[in-house]
Amino acid sequence: MSAKLELLSQNLQKHLGDRTTKMWCALGEVSIDVEASGYLETMVLLRDEPELRFEQLIDLCGIDYSTYGCDGWQGKRFAVVSHLTSITHNWRLRVRCFASSDEFPSVPSVVSIWNSANWFEREAFDLFGIVFPGHPDLRRLLTDYGFIGHPFRKDFPVSGYVEMRYDPEQRRVVYQPVTIEPREITPRIVREENYGDVENG
Amino acid sequence: MADIQNYTLNFGPQHPAAHGVLRMVLELDGEVVQRADPHIGFLHRATEKLAEGKTWIQSVPYMDRLDYMSMMCSEHAYCLAIERMVGVEVPLRAKYIRVLFDEITRILNHLLWIGAQGLDVGAMTMMLYAMREREDLVDCYEAVTGTRWHAAYYRPGGVYRDLPDSMPKYKESKWKNGAHLKKLNEARSGTFLDFLEDFVKRFPKNLDDYETLLTDNRIWKQRLVNVGVVSPERALQLGFTGPMLRGCGIPWDLRKKQPYAVYDRLDFDIPVGVTGDCYDRYLVRVNEMRQSNRILQQCIDWLRANPGPVISNNHKVSPPLRADMKSNMEELIHHFKLCTEGIHVPEGQVYSAVEHPKGEFGIYAVSDGANKPYRLKIRSPGYVHLSAMDELVRGHMIADVVTMVGTIDIVFGEIDR
Repeated sequence: MSAKLELLSQNLQKHLGDRTTKMWCALGEVSIDVEASGYLETMVLLRDEPELRFEQLIDLCGIDYSTYGCDGWQGKRFAVVSHLTSITHNWRLRVRCFASSDEFPSVPSVVSIWNSANWFEREAFDLFGIVFPGHPDLRRLLTDYGFIGHPFRKDFPVSGYVEMRYDPEQRRVVYQPVTIEPREITPRIVREENYGDVENG
Repeated sequence: MADIQNYTLNFGPQHPAAHGVLRMVLELDGEVVQRADPHIGFLHRATEKLAEGKTWIQSVPYMDRLDYMSMMCSEHAYCLAIERMVGVEVPLRAKYIRVLFDEITRILNHLLWIGAQGLDVGAMTMMLYAMREREDLVDCYEAVTGTRWHAAYYRPGGVYRDLPDSMPKYKESKWKNGAHLKKLNEARSGTFLDFLEDFVKRFPKNLDDYETLLTDNRIWKQRLVNVGVVSPERALQLGFTGPMLRGCGIPWDLRKKQPYAVYDRLDFDIPVGVTGDCYDRYLVRVNEMRQSNRILQQCIDWLRANPGPVISNNHKVSPPLRADMKSNMEELIHHFKLCTEGIHVPEGQVYSAVEHPKGEFGIYAVSDGANKPYRLKIRSPGYVHLSAMDELVRGHMIADVVTMVGTIDIVFGEIDR
C-alpha cells in the first residue's frame, strides 16, 4: 500500500470513525461501506473536511447483488456505489451504501452535496428502481417513454418483455410480447480457488 | 396588451445540430432560454447489461461503439480494468503503442470536434480541413487493425499485433495516376511509423492554418467568447472533467496526475483556460492537439528503437501463438480454455479511469470470480457534461444552445451507452 493510500486511510479513520461499517483497501483503491442512516452526514464530511476534501463526485451507480457469487448472496440486495475524487489531494474513494429494504430500495439523494449526482441518480432509479428521497426531479432517463420495469435488475431478462414494430394495418408502431428466445452462449462459471493449479491442486 | 407567455420548443431528436439523437425541450421567453430539459436514451443499447452476459474479452469491441469518435481510448480503460484485477503485466512496447493510439485518437476526436463546432456556428470550411487530416489518421487505424473505426485493437495484456512494416498504397486508376499517384504514395513508401511521422511533421502547420481561420475570426469570437461561462467551483460541483474542466483554469489531467501506461515517461504540457467560456475550451482543445502531436513524436522515436513483444505471454489472459498452439499440447489447452470459457477474473472491484479526449472515462467493474463481469458501469464524460446543459444554456439566446451542444463535444454512443 502506497504512502498516499496509507495517509488517506488514516484520515478516513480519524474523521469518519465508526460512521463506516467496513473499510478496505484493494488493488490500490480505498473503499468504505456506509449505513443508509448516516449516509448524508458522511458525504458532507467527505466533501468539506480539509483533510479529505472530495470536491468531485465522479460516478454513482446502482448494483443488484441478488445473484452474486456461486452460493447465493446473503446480505442486502441493492447498493449504491459512488466514486469520489479529490482534486486537492489527488486521491479517490469508493463509497458503498446498501439500501435497507429489498422490496422498496431507497437511499438518500446526494444531489444537494454534489450537483453532478443528478443524472446518475435518475439513471440508478430508472435501471434499478432505487428511490432517492431528496432528489429534485426523479424521472426515468434512459429507457423508453412509458417503460415498465427496471431493466438492470438481475431478474429482468436481457431480451426484455416487449418489442415494437410497425403495424401496417393500424398504421402505427405497436408493442407486442418479445419473440426472442433467451439463450446463453457461454455459461457463467465460477471456478474453485485452485482450479487448474497443477502443482498444488 | 396581449399576455405573452413562455413557450416550449422541441429541439431534436432529429436535428442536424443535435450531434446525434438529443432531444431537448426548451422553455423560451422570446429568444431567451429559461429552462432546458435534455431527453436522452434514444441510443440506449444497455451495453452494461449486455456485458454481464458475455465473457470479459467479448465486450472489448463494445467499447469502440460507446464513443464512436474516440474508439481506442475507451478500450484502454476497459483493458486496464481487467489487467488490474487479474494482475497481468503489460509489455512496455504495448504500452507505448497504446499511448500512440490514444493520442492519434485524441487528435481524431478533436479534429471532428473543431469541424462540428465550426458547422454549428456557421464556419463550413473547418469541417473540410478537419476531414482531410482525419483521413490520414484513420488510415493509420486501418493499417494496424484492418478497420477504420471500430478497431478492437487493445486486448487485456497488450495489443492485438505489432505495427505493420508497410502501408497500403493507392493503386493506379482513372482518377489517380502519374505524378499525382506518385505524390500520394510517397509518404506510404516506408513503414507505418514513417507514414505517421510524415503526418506529425505536417500537422503543426495545419493547426496554424486552423488558428488563422478561427482564432481571431470576428464571427467565431462573437459566437464563442463569454458564451457558456462556468466558474471553477461550479465545474467541480457539476462533475466536469477533461477540456471542460481545464477550460475553467483547473489543470487536472489524469495523464499527468494519475499516470497510466507510459505517460509518466513522456514530456507534454496541460493547456488550461482562464474564463471558462466556449472560446477558452476551443483554445484548450487546439492546444491539446499540439501536445498530442508532441507525444506522438516521442512515441515514434521510442518505438523505432525498441522492438519487443506487444502482448503478455500469460496465457490465462492472452491466447498463445498460432504456431505454438499447433505443436504444443499445453498451448492448445490454453487456447481452448480461453476461447470457450474466457478469462477468469478474481473476485473484487476496480475503477479504472483514463483521460479520454472528452474527459474522464471510467470503467467500474465488479467481478465475483466468474468468467463474466458481475456488473460493469461505464462512466462517460459526455453524460455528466450534458447533465449540466440546463445550467449552461439558462439565460442565453436560443442560437447559443447550438454552440453549447457543440462545446461539450457530445457523442451519443457514450452518453446513452
